[in-house]
Amino acid sequence: MKVNVLSLQSKIKPEDFTPLGEGYFAEENLETEEIGYWKASWQRLRANRIAMVALIIIGILAVFAFIGPMLSPYTYDQQVRGDEALWPCLSHPFGTDRLGRDILVRCMIGTRISMIVGLVSAVVVMIVGSIYGAISGLIGGKVDIVMMRIVDIIYSVPEILLIVVIKMVISEPLDNLIQKVPFFHGLQSIGSGLIAIFIVYGLLYWVGMARIVRGQILQLKNLEFVTASRALGCNSSRMIRQHLLPNCIGQLVATVMLQIPSAIFTEAFLSYLGIGVSAPMASLGSLTSEALNGVTSYPYRVIFPAALISLIILSFNLFGDGLRDALDPKMKK
Amino acid sequence: MQSSRYIIKRIILAAVSLFAIITLTFFLMNLMPGDPFMSEKATEENRAILIAKYGLDKPVYVQYGKYLANLAKGDMGTSYVLQKGRTVTEIISESFKVSMSLGLRALLIAVVIGIVFGCVSGLCKDKLPDGIIRVLSSMGISMPGYVIAAGLMIILGVRLGILPINYNRPGGWIMPTIVLATYPASYLTRLTRASILEVMNQDYLLTERAKGMSEFVVVFVHALKNSLIPVITYLGPLTASILTGGFVAESVFNVPGLGRYFVSSISSRDYTMIMGVTIFYSALIVMMNLVCDILYKIVDPRITLE
Repeated sequence: MKVNVLSLQSKIKPEDFTPLGEGYFAEENLETEEIGYWKASWQRLRANRIAMVALIIIGILAVFAFIGPMLSPYTYDQQVRGDEALWPCLSHPFGTDRLGRDILVRCMIGTRISMIVGLVSAVVVMIVGSIYGAISGLIGGKVDIVMMRIVDIIYSVPEILLIVVIKMVISEPLDNLIQKVPFFHGLQSIGSGLIAIFIVYGLLYWVGMARIVRGQILQLKNLEFVTASRALGCNSSRMIRQHLLPNCIGQLVATVMLQIPSAIFTEAFLSYLGIGVSAPMASLGSLTSEALNGVTSYPYRVIFPAALISLIILSFNLFGDGLRDALDPKMKK
Repeated sequence: MQSSRYIIKRIILAAVSLFAIITLTFFLMNLMPGDPFMSEKATEENRAILIAKYGLDKPVYVQYGKYLANLAKGDMGTSYVLQKGRTVTEIISESFKVSMSLGLRALLIAVVIGIVFGCVSGLCKDKLPDGIIRVLSSMGISMPGYVIAAGLMIILGVRLGILPINYNRPGGWIMPTIVLATYPASYLTRLTRASILEVMNQDYLLTERAKGMSEFVVVFVHALKNSLIPVITYLGPLTASILTGGFVAESVFNVPGLGRYFVSSISSRDYTMIMGVTIFYSALIVMMNLVCDILYKIVDPRITLE
């Protein structure tokens, strides 16, 4: 056949039209396993070394905070006579404070408080924020406008100022409530300070979450694949389970995870200012502020709680970042 | 036309927010147990006289109406406890000068460090400088202000004795400024890095390279300009962060600024000071947010007006 060198047409030969042999695809593995959303996310997360290290550190801190105090011979408010103001030694690895209280146990309790604050506030924010956002997004119209204006106003309020004021206001009535009403006696061990902090988070921190949930719902409602699956006869429960939830749960979980460090941050800040958890309960913030008075002679008392709070926030931050990338690969830049 | 409507809407929203804050704080404040004169050594009788003198015996809504009327005239009353007899406006303007001089330095440092480090990190993605900067900025956003303050005090102030711990000595402003600047600088670094990485993937840069523009012009003129836009949105929260950071930094280093009045006014129930400081802070933050949002829309016309 005569071939034109300058021709731009594809050069086809007669052999190209012969059928392929029987075993041509045999080597190719056609059975690639179909993996679900969570498994795929977990695989992405596991590949992220920083996030996995952060997760392990969080695990270690949890053991330190929740099991540690049981193993210690001291309790957080026990004042050991004769052991006042000790430098770190064998019987008190972190030393003791002015009153002879073991700083290691106090740090464990402080870590426990930080973790509880982080997790509970995450749950509170998730529940309040999703319900509010979902109602606003689903109903739409005037209700949506009013609800979102309220969110806008709360959003523009400098939260830390209100947190301080609200915290001061509700602490004392809460104290009375817990002590006088038998139904609330169970809460005594948590303390009114901590409950006041949870209430404050519930009142103020959910607005970001509500905005995200509403945005997701509005966006998903109008997407083609939702219309398509509805046209194919998909019922509501399958729609929610198979299409809506998987598409927004990733972002929700990621947002909530990144809420945890900021909640811990705020609690430490409040306790540092002396308006967080009430004495003799130990928080990493109050431990540091107590210790700062004697910083020139006893620097070790500052170092341990300060390092712990930084480590907690750092590992939650890094894990949250990794989780966001894993759950929502579209967002990864 | 549309943009002026947006701006008007935002200004109204800001005013409503401010009003909501004033109202909420006023009523919350009056719900707090105790009154400004509870620590007074005076007898019950004298206390009653003081309470009557300041009109605190009237119903809360009457006090509220009176406060609003005075506020409209620019009168925030006099301090009851902290600096008895001086007007709140006077106290705020005097102490805020100190806070502002620290805050502005911190702001400047945070913006410069954040943008420079963020650019370096983004442009050297996955190389050594990027790694170091990412580790440092992750640590920076994870350390509460008081931890940094304590660390600086122990290392620079006590062990090495390079810098004075007390604000009133020469060079005393350095440590509080570092404390205030660390978090915003780290946050800005991360923000700038993410933004640079996003912009570097844009098609228009590919076009410019294809047209034969020098890499320098592509990166420093065209990419940088667009990647700094998101940074503007952070300036509002940045102000808030520096202001609230002042609560800690000022108390640790004995700075005679406004921050230390916030907590002490609440615990001493100095009603007029609580209102004054809260209104001042909120107005500042709400206004910064407003300016940033409007600036953001003006700088980047791609952003659709809501």
